[in-house]
Amino acid sequence: MALDNIEQLLEKYDNAETSLAEEAQIRAYFAKEEDVAPHLESYRLLFQYVSVTKEEQFTKELPLQPKRNKTYQWIAVAAVIAISIGAYFQMEQMHQKTTLEDLSHEELLAYNQTIAVFSLVSSKMNQGTSNLEAFKLVSLKLNEGAGNLGYLKDFQNTAKRIIRYN
Amino acid sequence: MTQTNFLKLVMPFKDKIYRLSKRLLVSKEEAEDATQEILLKLWKNNNSIEKYANVEAFSMTMTKNLCLDRLKSKQAQNLKIVHSNYQDHNVSLQQQIENTDSVHWVSKIMDELPEQQKIIVQLRDIEDYDFSDIAKVLDMNETAVRVALSRARKTIREQLTNKHSYGLR
Repeated sequence: MALDNIEQLLEKYDNAETSLAEEAQIRAYFAKEEDVAPHLESYRLLFQYVSVTKEEQFTKELPLQPKRNKTYQWIAVAAVIAISIGAYFQMEQMHQKTTLEDLSHEELLAYNQTIAVFSLVSSKMNQGTSNLEAFKLVSLKLNEGAGNLGYLKDFQNTAKRIIRYN
Repeated sequence: MTQTNFLKLVMPFKDKIYRLSKRLLVSKEEAEDATQEILLKLWKNNNSIEKYANVEAFSMTMTKNLCLDRLKSKQAQNLKIVHSNYQDHNVSLQQQIENTDSVHWVSKIMDELPEQQKIIVQLRDIEDYDFSDIAKVLDMNETAVRVALSRARKTIREQLTNKHSYGLR
């Protein structure tokens, strides 16, 4: 770049009238040029400083705490509340005794029908049990027979004694 | 917003936040603290971040305010921020260059500028901001920014010329 060109730019620079592109041009000039005119030496120092400073970096580590999602936390709270309310009503229901008066018409009907069916089953069962009486009779007779076998034993004993004396 | 998204959003300008804080607070440690605080603040409000049209400009304004507040509270306590960054055992190339006198002069001269001019020079010359963006960050109009920038640039050069020629003589 021609010297008077850069001088013009520098004057504009001092008046803060340069665009960003022009400033980049100036910086490039001073970065490239080894020996600048003595009266531009102060600019050279300035732009050298600028390019050095541009490179400075933040190196400290950043302790970012992972943020917990608040909605999830509230869902957990809501779940706990819902469960305890449910449990409470469940207990309440278990403790409540329902009487026939509490039932609606349909429920009463169903209840009566169930009772009728159960009593039918129960009566059939009782019939079956009474039929078993016959077995009981047989068993009684068998016991009687067994008792009568005692006479046979007596007879045997007597028979043995007779055999011995002879 | 997830952590990765946040980092992706913040990555491009976190160094700019750091450099602006360092320009204002001078000390490296102070600047790091301030940058960290700004980024954590952004992270904490990461739900509302997306609503801002220009997160970078917003962060820069935040940085400016935070640093100026810190400076004010330090001055109120009559404490001076320690300028020299003593602890730096690994001498990086950048550090080496920075320690060379000439560059060091420039930073010293810049430290002498008023806060507002410091911010403007920083944003314009180092971070290549538009005048409109700078005006937004500082809540000034563009003409005022131009005037202040011109003044700052002239001051820096004047001082630099004086020091430099003094060094030669």
